[in-house]
Amino acid sequence: MGKMIATRDGFGDGIIELAKKDDRVFVIDCDISKSCKTKKFSALFPERHINVGIAEQNAATFAAGLATMGKIPFVSTYAVFGSMRMCEQVRTSICYPHLNVKIACSHGGLTPGNDGVTHQAIEDMGIYRSIPGMTVVMPADYNATMKLVDRAAAYDGPVYLRFTRDPIPVFYGEDEAFEIGKGKLIKEGRDISIIAIGDMLHQALEAADKLEKAGVSVELIDMHTLKPLDTELVEKTLNKTGKVITVEDHNILNGLGSAVADVVAEKGAGVLRKVGLRDRFAESGDYYKLLEKYEMDSAQILKMAAEIL
Amino acid sequence: MEYLEKVKYLEDKARELRRHIITMIHEAQSGHPGGSLSAADFVAVLYFDALRIRPSEPKWNERDRVILSKGHTCPVIYAALAMKGFYDLSEIHTLRKMGSILQGHPDMKKVPGLDMTSGSLGQGLSAGAGMAFGAKYDGLDSKVYVILGDGELQEGQVWEAAMTAAKYKLDNLIAFVDDNNLQVDGNTCEIMPVHPIADKFLAFGWEVYSIDGHNIGEILKVLEDVKHASGKPKCIIANTVKGKGVSYMENACDWHGACPDACQYTTAMEELGGA
Repeated sequence: MGKMIATRDGFGDGIIELAKKDDRVFVIDCDISKSCKTKKFSALFPERHINVGIAEQNAATFAAGLATMGKIPFVSTYAVFGSMRMCEQVRTSICYPHLNVKIACSHGGLTPGNDGVTHQAIEDMGIYRSIPGMTVVMPADYNATMKLVDRAAAYDGPVYLRFTRDPIPVFYGEDEAFEIGKGKLIKEGRDISIIAIGDMLHQALEAADKLEKAGVSVELIDMHTLKPLDTELVEKTLNKTGKVITVEDHNILNGLGSAVADVVAEKGAGVLRKVGLRDRFAESGDYYKLLEKYEMDSAQILKMAAEIL
Repeated sequence: MEYLEKVKYLEDKARELRRHIITMIHEAQSGHPGGSLSAADFVAVLYFDALRIRPSEPKWNERDRVILSKGHTCPVIYAALAMKGFYDLSEIHTLRKMGSILQGHPDMKKVPGLDMTSGSLGQGLSAGAGMAFGAKYDGLDSKVYVILGDGELQEGQVWEAAMTAAKYKLDNLIAFVDDNNLQVDGNTCEIMPVHPIADKFLAFGWEVYSIDGHNIGEILKVLEDVKHASGKPKCIIANTVKGKGVSYMENACDWHGACPDACQYTTAMEELGGA
């Protein structure tokens, strides 16, 4: 396993790189800049940092107003609040007029493990996936985050970015290129496809490694953009293996598994299994132990693979 | 223009706005006349005297901005923008119809001269604070006017925005509260009391002005008074009458979201000097 870094650190570093080269970049914080890793930004660019305090709804609509002035505001908070507390503000004041606001959230999925259910975001990507005009992205590691934060700023429109609180392995090299809406084919294979998003890529990698050792040829995809989904890549892998396992740190409803299921259903061919939180709330605990207890880890992927191979 | 002449000119504009409001809502057979009529005098002075805008260049960066936070009263703004020449006056006959730029609630992407999408109450002041912050950052002299309803002040987000505007000393942000005392379900003081509004904004660090919202002279004066750079956002609380100008609509809660029939339409237009 490589170096362990939380992707919220990737956001904290990435937003500084962005701000250095683009003076339209602003950060709007909701009191938790230390935790969301934008503290350094606020020290370097105080005139482009707004802290509205514990007032997420105001943060979202304030950002909408600022975007009409030609700025690129990044609203930074935890994913639970960034998706639910400000949901209608984002829908009506940002997505409807397609304003150039990025909602950049730490604490995605079960990564804020020991904080418990109130701080674990398991519905956020499903919520934002269902709003017209919204783009939904979760990078798989620190380096992917640096690049995708940059790509999000280059895209003119609303983007939801989701990061981890807890450290996850660094997989990509510093020079890896990313494009929003284009999944990364990490490894080609013939027998089964594993499509992962965000922090679950490391579980998928572990499972793929074990399967390969057992003689199964695995095709592995990092689907960092949930919406717009790279349907071309999904169809291609379906044609090849006919068997897909999706892996996400999110409720099993309305996330990556559901998005891929739409493609499978419309195609009318292929077998799909979904690994994720099975429509229940988790609890406080170590992130990796939670993945194990709630059947979201590599062992679960192997179990699903055995079912459909 | 000589002062009395100007007042007369603006009174005429307000009356014309009111006639358009009634016509639009009558033709659409849906809409919100009460709050559109109560804000008409303020909107008339804004668009025909105070605002720095260019109808031929709706996106002119140095323009003043207006956000109709109480978006359901959009007929008053749609009519004002048409009268200013942002689009043809004939557009007002398409309100709420398929394919129209004039949606049931304002869509900034469709309407030339409209600075913000609105209709979900409680959000306009936040958007205005964001704009005012951006204008200051860019060194623009632009003012940002946000038109709020008194019932709308029940939304908690309004007060989140009020805190933010004071913290960032957004003295280029001007909130206008159309205090007509009525909301959909009844009297504001019964549904959920919001008064005293002035004390609340004062406590939040704003400069507060109270006026008669139907007195053109008072509106002209207050819009001059709020221009100074005091380091504080400004709130104009306008005592208004919901449905103002149409006798049977005045202070009648039921006219919040009702539309006049043929007979009522004729009466309203006569009263507004347009028959």
